[in-house]
Amino acid sequence: MSGAAPARSALPIFPLVAKRVGSALITLLLVSAVIFTISGLLPGDAAQETLGQSATPEQITALRHEMGLDRPALTRYAEWLAAIARGDPGQSMVANMPVRDIIAQRLPNSLMLAGFTALVSVPLALLIGIASAINRGGKLDRALNIATLSMVAVPEFLVATLGVLIFSVKMLWLPSIALVSQEATWSETLRSCALPILTLTVVVVAQMARMTRAAVADQLDRPYVEMARLKGVPFRRIVLVHTMPNAIGPIVNAMALSLSYLLGGAVIVETIFNFPGLASLMVNAVTSRDMPLLQACAMIFCAAYLSLMLLADVVAILANPRLRER
Amino acid sequence: MSGSLTRRGAIAAGLAGAGLFALPARAPAISVPRRGGSIRVAAQSTSTADTLDPAKGALSTDYVRHFMLYSGLTKTGADLVPRPSLAETVESRDRITWSFTLRRGVRFHDGSELTSADVVWSLRRHSDPKLGSKMATIAKQFAEVRADGRYGLIIRLTGANADLPAILSQSHFLIVRNGETAPRGNGTGPFRLGDFKPGVRTVVTRNPDYWIPGRPYLDRIELISIPDEVSRVNALLAGDVQFVNALNPRSTKRIDSSSGHGVLATPSSLYTNLIMRQDRLPTGNPDFVQAIKHLIDRPLVKRALFRNYATIGNDQPIPPFHPYYNASLPQTGLDLDRARWHLRRSGLAGVRLPMYASPAAEGSVDMASILQEYGSRVGLELAVNRVPGDGYWSTHWMRHPMSFGNTNPRPTADLIFSLFYKSDAEWNESGWKDTSFDQLLVQARGEADEAKRKALYGEMQAQVHARCGSVIPVFITLIDGYDRRLKGLKPVPLGGFMAYQFAEFAWWDA
Repeated sequence: MSGAAPARSALPIFPLVAKRVGSALITLLLVSAVIFTISGLLPGDAAQETLGQSATPEQITALRHEMGLDRPALTRYAEWLAAIARGDPGQSMVANMPVRDIIAQRLPNSLMLAGFTALVSVPLALLIGIASAINRGGKLDRALNIATLSMVAVPEFLVATLGVLIFSVKMLWLPSIALVSQEATWSETLRSCALPILTLTVVVVAQMARMTRAAVADQLDRPYVEMARLKGVPFRRIVLVHTMPNAIGPIVNAMALSLSYLLGGAVIVETIFNFPGLASLMVNAVTSRDMPLLQACAMIFCAAYLSLMLLADVVAILANPRLRER
Repeated sequence: MSGSLTRRGAIAAGLAGAGLFALPARAPAISVPRRGGSIRVAAQSTSTADTLDPAKGALSTDYVRHFMLYSGLTKTGADLVPRPSLAETVESRDRITWSFTLRRGVRFHDGSELTSADVVWSLRRHSDPKLGSKMATIAKQFAEVRADGRYGLIIRLTGANADLPAILSQSHFLIVRNGETAPRGNGTGPFRLGDFKPGVRTVVTRNPDYWIPGRPYLDRIELISIPDEVSRVNALLAGDVQFVNALNPRSTKRIDSSSGHGVLATPSSLYTNLIMRQDRLPTGNPDFVQAIKHLIDRPLVKRALFRNYATIGNDQPIPPFHPYYNASLPQTGLDLDRARWHLRRSGLAGVRLPMYASPAAEGSVDMASILQEYGSRVGLELAVNRVPGDGYWSTHWMRHPMSFGNTNPRPTADLIFSLFYKSDAEWNESGWKDTSFDQLLVQARGEADEAKRKALYGEMQAQVHARCGSVIPVFITLIDGYDRRLKGLKPVPLGGFMAYQFAEFAWWDA
């Protein structure tokens, strides 16, 4: 890790990032096309869903015309594409407000939940993973293994429901639903989000910890670790300074995967705790066939996933000098 | 006030008077409503389609929100009798032309006075197809809506309809300000809008200038929704919300076991029915229909599916607690021998037929399974096709020889019959066509004499019961859960949450 390294390494990263951003844009385009096609196959459209069971054909035709749904699908897609290229996600068909405003209400909530969960789960996962890698085969390792494996195995709705039963219904410590509003103070918001954060942490921490353990354990078997030990380097230094930079690639990759799940995959947690996040908004958009909203949510999830993956790669390259040379 | 509704004649006047005097007399004995308090209420449904426009209300959350913010010309109470509300008098000689006199000095939340122009605007806008009003079909009956001076209103209908006051008591016909194309909560209702975020929450605060002095009692209500039923119960028990609706009968045990919470059961005319298309075979065969009607174990449906939170039905849509209920009809029950006999007569023994059931029609999947079981005992091979709730109404409902429907309570017998049983009705679910029924329907709609009306509706119930391809095993009781400190609640058969109108009457005792 010489001082010259960053200067040398910074250059090869830019083309990589540029290339990845380019392919990300193509991916987004493909995803939007796929979503548009698939949601077009769903029975019913926004007009029918809005009017519901008690709609008459004339009402549906009128509303369809109002929403512009009577135009060919390709025209609608092209128009949407042109608008999004200008940065305008359009108007929600069902809520009659700009998609931008709806997302602006929900996205901060989702980011906050994902952020807090990451703050709790990433250090916890590192701790668990490293501790069990160091004690491989020991009692602590086995205990942590059992704990993490059972966390992976338990579905999140069970964790959430048990959490609510114990902490809110029986003990009355925490609210059973997450009420997020502007006038709530930070401590109130944190308190009402405690159970969702706990549940999501349980869900994501296990996989990250398992990956950390595997990566660190793999490095600990390498000859250079043995050499360092023979030289008398303190064990803590071996783990943190010698093996971690080598293990960081797969770890960050696993973390990026888990964290991207926090944004879009939190549907069940959002449902149980009634959390006003993006994932439930997207489910809403599907059931009401609100195409502009659905597309916008999908774009956000896809973009978040791609940028987390890109970030993971960049971190892995920066941490590992050998990757920089290529 | 009781004499102002001419259509109900002497009977209604007596009823209304009794109701009015009974309430204040009984209330002090329990406890006097107290001002103040802030509660949070959780309904089951929400979406980004949540609206402040009464005409577009589609879900329970919408109805509750609209009744908090707006008032209507009339109001229907627990006895299903409509009474004047924003209208001071409602009069009609021929039940075609109706004249209303508005209450004076009623103010919108923005301070402007309610006049006939506001009412004319509010009623006329339903006829605009671009609006997408849920009541567009009913508003077609309005041949003319015009102001008669500053406080007078004339509605001329296309045909006689004695039920106009009941129709106007629905949340969709609540009154908005003149000229508002997209209402934003400015009404004459008991609460003023504080905060509204579609799909998230609605906050309202007490309207101190509400036109009924003393009401409402609560200072603030936050209306949210928790779509997940278990979460809704948990939130109630954890004290995060004080009033919830649409509970599963299985949850009542949990609520009853908590000393601080209670169950508010509302027997309603909500039903899930099995639809047999009369224009297709084999379901168009009258003997087949009779066989199926005798294959339903109604007490089992009531007990096993709804934990007794249901009222046994008799294949016609008017429930026993309705004023027009025809009690003289024989109850159809499980009778395998009769079913076998009808099936033999129909020549359809051994026929294989799918039933389309879906979670969208509450309880339909289990009902179909029960029917399948009894069908197999008489040699009828019925298959249960369980389809997703998403898109069920547009793709499966009424589209197959056998499917399930789900019909919400309607304010009048006429609406139920005209929407679902009239020959040319859009949702004539079973495709049943009967000219004598249609004639009775029109006759009853314009009939002023209450006793004659009841007889006419009784005859229509008998016809639907005997000949229509709709099986109504039970009427489903609506279940709300509440914090016992919330007082003033009572069941109103038109819907949960006191037919969505609790906000005006509920008070907090703590």
